[in-house]
Amino acid sequence: MPSLKDLKLRIESVKSTRKITRAMQMVAAAKLRRAQEAAENSRPYSERMNAVVANLARSVVGTDSAPRVLAGTGRDNSHLLITATAERGLCGNFNSSIVRLVRSQARELLAEGKTVKIMTIGKKGREQLRREFEGHLISHVGLAGMRSIEYRMVQRIGADLLASFDREEFDQATLFFSRFKSVITQVPTALQLVPVPVDNPMDEDAGHGRFYEYEPDEQELLVELLPRAITNQIYAALLENAASEQGARMSAMDNATRNAGDMIDKLTIVYNRSRQAAITKELIEIISGAEAL
Amino acid sequence: MTMQFDLVSPERSLASLETQAVDIPGSEGDMTAMPDHAALMTTLKPGIVRVRNGEDSGEFIVTGGFVEITENGVIVLAETAYRRGEFTEEIFVELVSVAEGALEGMEGGSRDLAEKRLAETRSLRSLLTD
Repeated sequence: MPSLKDLKLRIESVKSTRKITRAMQMVAAAKLRRAQEAAENSRPYSERMNAVVANLARSVVGTDSAPRVLAGTGRDNSHLLITATAERGLCGNFNSSIVRLVRSQARELLAEGKTVKIMTIGKKGREQLRREFEGHLISHVGLAGMRSIEYRMVQRIGADLLASFDREEFDQATLFFSRFKSVITQVPTALQLVPVPVDNPMDEDAGHGRFYEYEPDEQELLVELLPRAITNQIYAALLENAASEQGARMSAMDNATRNAGDMIDKLTIVYNRSRQAAITKELIEIISGAEAL
Repeated sequence: MTMQFDLVSPERSLASLETQAVDIPGSEGDMTAMPDHAALMTTLKPGIVRVRNGEDSGEFIVTGGFVEITENGVIVLAETAYRRGEFTEEIFVELVSVAEGALEGMEGGSRDLAEKRLAETRSLRSLLTD
């Protein structure tokens, strides 16, 4: 049985933990709002970009002149898994659920005898993957000290990715990140970046029937646009990831705050009980002492 | 007669308004789009997008991207875009250094393109507001 003083200290310490987790929850809520705003702001650009690229891609896919980023290398030997996680922990299973997806994918590919290369964005993913895939980690982009995802940084990632594709260092690139559904649900997702997936040319949606003149011509335009479209997809995914991270942190910290509250209640009951027990014991001692006289 | 004009960059939406005409720095040449323009898509070179709307005109500096013109509107998808007033020496210097960085390790055709881009970026100096 811990002494009264120990219990009191314990309660104080849990109380200050609760203060911290509550503060973290509120900070995460504010950051989440900002992250969601950023994601929303990028949406018009993304949507137009995707529509235009899809439209152009459909017209060249299957022809010999299709750019290699679109058509692929024709092989399926070497896979690049880009793992986007957070720079920090204390956000529930946000990081580990992404890493779990990457890990299972990597194991599967390795079992098939394929080459696996892993690029990490965010420190946590790298730390968790290092144990099993040390030799496969090829590059890392840290997010430390970055208040928001900057497009310029993503441009560099995109350029590096394409340069490495041109050097034939991989045949297929997949990006792993967490899709933001709501504050309590984030879904780890794998998104194929290279070769650029083209949706079924059969389902033409409205608005695509328009004939455009292209300047420069379609193929050149596509060669210009594809790298941008890829960069943009990474950007959109990272923004979504940032929102997911804050959402996950918010609900994790909310849980922690609640747990701390429960713990304080429990400890307080124990404290009160032992205080009463001590008083009763003292009374009995005094009374039996008085009786003995 | 007016048409819808939208200017968006990946990070934000800079403009969405009704206008009479828009000057566009197309990579194959400058052009002006007015309502009922034929549907056209072109890439951009570093330059200035000018919205002409009588008294109420706006100027934006873009570094690349592309434009979709339809009969009832112009949508500019700029890689990076600044309002004329926001375009400072600092930004300019950075843009030039990015363009210079892109030259590295380039050969042949793509090097020519990167050099052209660098020259076009340098020419933005004249647009600096001081």
